Amino acid sequence: MLGPTIDKFAAPKNAYSVACTLSPWFAWISILLFAGGVYGGLFYAPPDYDQGEAYRILYVHVPAAWMSMFVYVVMAGAGACGLIWKVKLMDAVARSCAPLGASFTLLALITGSIWGKPMWGTWWVWDARLTSELILLFLYLGYMALQSSIDDRRTAARAGAILALVGVVNIPIIHFSVEWWNTLHQGPTVTKLDEPSIHVTMLIPLLIMSIAYTTFFITMLMVRLRAEILDQERNTTWVRELVLGGTD
Amino acid sequence: MGAYQAFTALLLRDLKLGFRNMGDLLNPLLFFLMVVTLFPLALGPEKSVLQEHAPAVIWVASLLAASISLDTMFRSDMEDGSLEQILLSPYPDIILVMAKILAHWLMTGAPLTIFALLLSVLLYLPGEAYLPLLGTLLLGTPILSLVGSVAVALTVGLRSGGMLLVLLILPLYMPVLIFAISAVNNAMRGLSVAGEFYFLSGMLILALTLAPFATAYALKIRMG
Repeated sequence: MLGPTIDKFAAPKNAYSVACTLSPWFAWISILLFAGGVYGGLFYAPPDYDQGEAYRILYVHVPAAWMSMFVYVVMAGAGACGLIWKVKLMDAVARSCAPLGASFTLLALITGSIWGKPMWGTWWVWDARLTSELILLFLYLGYMALQSSIDDRRTAARAGAILALVGVVNIPIIHFSVEWWNTLHQGPTVTKLDEPSIHVTMLIPLLIMSIAYTTFFITMLMVRLRAEILDQERNTTWVRELVLGGTD
Repeated sequence: MGAYQAFTALLLRDLKLGFRNMGDLLNPLLFFLMVVTLFPLALGPEKSVLQEHAPAVIWVASLLAASISLDTMFRSDMEDGSLEQILLSPYPDIILVMAKILAHWLMTGAPLTIFALLLSVLLYLPGEAYLPLLGTLLLGTPILSLVGSVAVALTVGLRSGGMLLVLLILPLYMPVLIFAISAVNNAMRGLSVAGEFYFLSGMLILALTLAPFATAYALKIRMG
C-alpha cells in the first residue's frame, strides 16, 4: 500500500539521497526559466500604456507575493503531516520552509515599495495588500522565533506546526479584516493600480517567472532539507560514514 | 465527579488562586492605566483630539494589557507540576483547558472591560459610543483570552517566553482590533455597527470552537 512506500521514501537516508539527486536538476531548470522570464519581462513584453517601463518590476514582485502565501501553506501542510503521521521528514520540510517564505515576503514588500515610489509617489501606503503582506511577515518571523527558542527538535517542530495551522486559519480573517479596515479608513486619495486585464504578451513572461520562482523554491527547499536531515540525523551511522567517507 | 464538576472545580480553584495573588490580578490593570495615560501626554490634552482617538487608545491598551497578562495563565501550574496532574486526570483536556481560559478571562478580560469604560471618561468618549465600546470589549476580550491561550501553551516555560508570546500573539489579534475600533468609530459617527458585531461574534465562536483543542494539544506537546 501507500503507507510503506511513503515510509521508505521518508526515511531520512533515502530522502537525503533523493534531495541530492534532484536539487541540481531543479537548480538548472530554474536558472533556464529565470533567464527566459527575465528576457521576456524586460524585452519581449511591451511597455505598459499607463506605467511605461516601470511596471516591469511586476515580474519580480508578483511571483514573490504569490510564493509568500504558497510557501506558508506548504509549511503548514508539512507541519500538519508531521503532526498527524509523525513523519520526521515533514518536520524538516516545515522548518526549511520558514526562512524561504519569510524571504519571499520580504522581497515582495521591498519590490512593492520600490514600485510604489514612482507609481504612488511614496515608498509605503497602508494599502490592504501591503498591510496583510506585512502581517504575513510577522507570522513567519513569529514561527521562526518559536522554532529557535525550543531546544528539543521534535517539540519545536510540533509546536511550530500548531502555530502554522493557527496562522492558516487566521490568514483569511486577517486578509479580510485588513481589506475592510482599508475601505473604511482610506479615501480615494491614492490612485490604486487598477488592474487591467493583462495582455497575453505580458502574461507569458509572468507565468514563466512564477514557474521559475517555484522551481527555485523547490531547489532551495532541497538544499535546506539536506542540511536539516544531516543535522537531525547527526548521531546515526550513515551520516558518520557519509561525512568521514568524504574526508578520508 | 463528572466532567462538569471537574470544570467548576478547576475554575473555582483558579479563581481562588488568582484572588489570593492580587498582584497578578492588578498588574495588568495598572499597566492598562499607564498606557492610557501615555496617550494624552503624547497627543496633548485637547478634548477633540483625545475624543477622536479614544477608541483606538482604549483598544490598543487593552490588547497590550491582555497579551501581557496571558503569561500567568499556565506558568505557576507548570512550575509546581499541577499542570501535568491536571492533564493526567481522567477528564477531557478540552474541558479543563476551557475552565482555565474562562478563569483567565474572568480575572483579566472582565475587569479590563469595566476599567476601560471608566478610563474612556478620561478620554472624553462621547456618550453614544459607550454601549458599542462595552459590546466590543465583551465580545473581543474572550477572543483575546482564547487565541492567546494557544500561544501561551506553546511558549510556557521557555527562556524568552514572555517576549516571544507577545510577538506570536499580536499578529493574531489584529483582526479583533480592526473590527472593534471600526464598530466604536461607526457608533461615534451615528452609523450602523451591526456588521462589525456580527464579525466579532463569528470570530468569538470560531475561537471558542478551535482554540481549546489547539491549546490542549499544544500543552501536551510541551509536556512531552
